[in-house]
Amino acid sequence: MGRITLDKVTKRFGTAEVIPPLDLTIEDGEFTVFVGPSGCGKSTLLRLIAGLEDVSSGQIRIDGEDATMTPPAKRGLAMVFQSYALYPHMSVRKNIAFPMKMAKMPQEEQDRRIASAAKALNLTDYLERRPGQLSGGQRQRVAIGRAIVREPSAFLFDEPLSNLDAALRVGMRLEISELHKRLQTTMVYVTHDQVEAMTMADKIVVLRAGYVEQVGSPLDLYHAPQNIFVAGFIGSPKMNFIEGAEAAKYNAHTIGVRPEHIAISDSEGPWSGVVGVSEHLGSDTFFHIHNTGLAETITVRADGEVGFRHGDRVHLSPRTDVIHRFDAEGLRINA
Amino acid sequence: MARSVTQQRKAINTAVAWAVGLLIFFPILWTILTSFKTEAQAINDPPLFLFFDWTLENYAVVQERSDYMRFLWNSIIIAGGSTILGIIIAVPAAWSMAFVPSKRTKDILLWMLSTKMLPAVGVLYPIYLVFIRLGLLDTRIGLVVVLMLINLPIIIWMLYTYFKEIPGEILEAARMDGATLKEEILYVLTPMAVPGIASTLLLNIILAWNEAFWTLNLTAAKAAPLTAFIASYSSPEGLFYAKLSAASTMAIAPILILGWFSQKQLVRGLTFGAVK
Repeated sequence: MGRITLDKVTKRFGTAEVIPPLDLTIEDGEFTVFVGPSGCGKSTLLRLIAGLEDVSSGQIRIDGEDATMTPPAKRGLAMVFQSYALYPHMSVRKNIAFPMKMAKMPQEEQDRRIASAAKALNLTDYLERRPGQLSGGQRQRVAIGRAIVREPSAFLFDEPLSNLDAALRVGMRLEISELHKRLQTTMVYVTHDQVEAMTMADKIVVLRAGYVEQVGSPLDLYHAPQNIFVAGFIGSPKMNFIEGAEAAKYNAHTIGVRPEHIAISDSEGPWSGVVGVSEHLGSDTFFHIHNTGLAETITVRADGEVGFRHGDRVHLSPRTDVIHRFDAEGLRINA
Repeated sequence: MARSVTQQRKAINTAVAWAVGLLIFFPILWTILTSFKTEAQAINDPPLFLFFDWTLENYAVVQERSDYMRFLWNSIIIAGGSTILGIIIAVPAAWSMAFVPSKRTKDILLWMLSTKMLPAVGVLYPIYLVFIRLGLLDTRIGLVVVLMLINLPIIIWMLYTYFKEIPGEILEAARMDGATLKEEILYVLTPMAVPGIASTLLLNIILAWNEAFWTLNLTAAKAAPLTAFIASYSSPEGLFYAKLSAASTMAIAPILILGWFSQKQLVRGLTFGAVK
């Protein structure tokens, strides 16, 4: 069980309000991702749930019970930190055993759980090593091992992959997703990387300056962003925003078109411009088009085979059925 | 760009370093040399450096006249006891200052340090009276407490500096893992701070060992440590430099040896955190 409810939770540091009154429910077994730019309060929110920070007002309930004043150790949650926060003076085995030792679990049960966690995380051969003798990915696995042996009601992840190199990050992302499928335990995951959010989450909570901008499934956020901030934050490359006369044609203050919803050709299309930088990814090519008269740059995602050169004049056709419309306040206009 | 060091420059640096080293060590060396001279040779003018009749006579006399082992034992108990007691009190204090600082933490730290600026003699009278009242005069326990108190600010300062270097996330991880405050300090913080604690321990043993003001003023015979042992050779029967030197050498030898063997630890500890 691990249903977490935040009820009008606020957090102030001195006079600075980091989290304005916030309501949020994380369902049991759900993989929830808090995403937002740095300083948006996502880590603070996680630490409030963990109990590492005290709320300034409001209530946190875990499985229906008021946990607002419960110390972190008694909340039944496990946390994986950005820096891994392993105990450097203990072997991998002792690191993983630590929460069980604190819970005074019988030794045989500890050994059994260590063995099974080590097997699941490919750490069996490293149990006697110290964290300093492990690679970044292995350290991260030890941190996860230390979290899973407690069988917590929920896992909290605070940007766990940001210290890893790109290749390892993709691998660990999959491992954490698989872990969630296997354990079916509630996971709350903080990241500033929208790709991690999109690929892992059941539910994404987009935060900005402590405010929840939108809550929804990855595809909800992709297809129906509720405001310009979410529209710009979710999706890579970023959505193109066009204001002025072109937007007015759609009865909007601003329209948003995703790069993958624009066709590029050398002969026809309502918009035109000059090719600037092209980013070739092999499978896809991103063209940055200038001098369109619509926005400074329009980004277009095209097939990897499409070959335009720097300086070529091209024509662009947006898919009008998937244009996002926003009003002057930046809020979505629904059809 | 790396600074280029010429051979000549290197030689000069080495010479200067040796000169400074010898200058600092010279009084100790002179004391040790004098302890092997006869009383007449000790006050010879011009002073004799290495070419004199080496003798162990002074050591024999000192050994005969006073019970070195009793002073040594008192020194060990007073220096060791005050340091261990100090660390037990300082660890939780430094923990709270390093990890849950309040607005006043910096002020408290500075205030503690300021007590070290007070001349010790300024509080001799009140402490003496307290000692009389409590029957602590000339007791080892009394000296342990006084030396612990006067060195406590330094112990707390040093531990505070080391604790500041320990990432807070590791302690938070321990809290998430269900450790109580006591377990967090015992199983996580203290083992990680062992190098720092060790050098604090060493430095304070040295400070307490060498402390003379309180040990001389608050002891007579029973609890007198090696500082009193040296002092007992200084004046009453006139100046006997050679015997005084022999007593001094015997008094400083244990701590000199300890310092020699732990110098790496001391240097590491004192420069801990200076560079990342």
